Amino acid sequence: MPVFSDPTNFDAYVSGFLWILKLTGASALLALVLGVLLAGMRVSPVPVLRWFGAAWVNIFRNTPLTLIIFFCYFGLYATLSITLSDDLILNNFWLGVVGLSVYTAAFVCEALRSGINTVPAGQAEAARAIGLTFSQTLRIVVLPQAGRAVIAPLGSVLIALCKNTTIVGTIGLLEASNVMKQLINDNGDQVILIFLVFAGTFAAVLIPVGYFFGWLANRLAVKR
Amino acid sequence: MVAGDASQEPLIVLDKVNKFFGDLHVLRDVDLSVGRGEVVVVIGPSGSGKSTLCRAINRLETISSGQITFDGKALPAEGRALARLRSDVGMVFQSFNLFAHKTILENVTLGPIKVRKDKPEEARKRGMTLLERVGIANQAGKYPAQLSGGQQQRAAIARALAMQPKAMLFDEPTSALDPEMVGEVLDVMTSLARDGMTMVVVTHEMGFARHAANRVVFMADGQLVEQAEPGEFFANPRSDRAKDFLSKILTH
Repeated sequence: MPVFSDPTNFDAYVSGFLWILKLTGASALLALVLGVLLAGMRVSPVPVLRWFGAAWVNIFRNTPLTLIIFFCYFGLYATLSITLSDDLILNNFWLGVVGLSVYTAAFVCEALRSGINTVPAGQAEAARAIGLTFSQTLRIVVLPQAGRAVIAPLGSVLIALCKNTTIVGTIGLLEASNVMKQLINDNGDQVILIFLVFAGTFAAVLIPVGYFFGWLANRLAVKR
Repeated sequence: MVAGDASQEPLIVLDKVNKFFGDLHVLRDVDLSVGRGEVVVVIGPSGSGKSTLCRAINRLETISSGQITFDGKALPAEGRALARLRSDVGMVFQSFNLFAHKTILENVTLGPIKVRKDKPEEARKRGMTLLERVGIANQAGKYPAQLSGGQQQRAAIARALAMQPKAMLFDEPTSALDPEMVGEVLDVMTSLARDGMTMVVVTHEMGFARHAANRVVFMADGQLVEQAEPGEFFANPRSDRAKDFLSKILTH
């Protein structure tokens, strides 16, 4: 593998995938928090919150991610001068995380909402009947069961998120797909090899992730 | 033979309660009062509004008009005041509704810990006492799905009792049970009644109505048709609807 035996190229390959990992980790965390809040809003008795949750899902789920990431860069940063870090690279990183999170949160919310539907309504009634408030009922009784019911779909959302992080390359972050483009430009004779290595790396990480979530889903399933 | 002190105000009062589901008039001008320590059994054909009546008392079902008073206060409409009221009214459902992701003991201690803010240690101790009382202390660490229907319903009764409620509502507590498990649940309910718990019980168990109730209330088509002591009601039903109902269920 002549391309990758060059230490500069190899380092670029490694750092490209490190950015992918960092983008995935930060966005997954934020999207999970946002997604749980949105799901709570969508089932809440307060119309304004329900409306807000529905609006968020409808807007971000139906806008191409590329457009969202572009908006974060050209809209939030270039036009509105919202800076998330003084370091230019880190600024792009965090702009990317914002875009990925608001987008992915819509999918997390919808996955959780379908999980909420698997929890028998009687359990929420029983929770209210012993005097739990709406938010206690949601936090203690409904969401823990809903979450366990949708571990496998959430795994799919995580896998999609990981692959989606490559779009942050379009606003200048040197993540894996950007590195690949550069390597291909510089080594036109080894295009297939470069492509296979990058695609293979994604597959090598994500296939086990998929199996892990499948295993976890079985392990944590709520017996009914 | 109304139990409790007659000079005291009743614990539960329904005054001209009406309820519509769309065009369907499920409760029609229902007046009912339940004294402290009284056991009222509500019977009647399916769709007569019995369950709705029972669920309205802790506002799991809202009412369209009229007023419900519990312990001298009108039912709060929503929010924390409503949650507080519900914590004083135990409810047992037809389908048990135990929290599937929590053990039996956790089901029983959840309310005391999260609502009453009891110390977990104390809540567990009292929880075990209650589970012993309903005869399933040896199941404390299991999950609801591992228990039989009768055991689950007894756990649900213990969960309600853990809140030290002023009254208990039972919404067809034995209707989802296999016949051989009905007895064990009714035994627990009978002992509760004997201990002076105020109870409103919607049921088809005429045997329970006969021996445990202070009063039988007969409902049909959303109306409270007649009420009497069980002996009197079963021997001499006054209304045609009640006669018809009893003739259908007691001939077999």
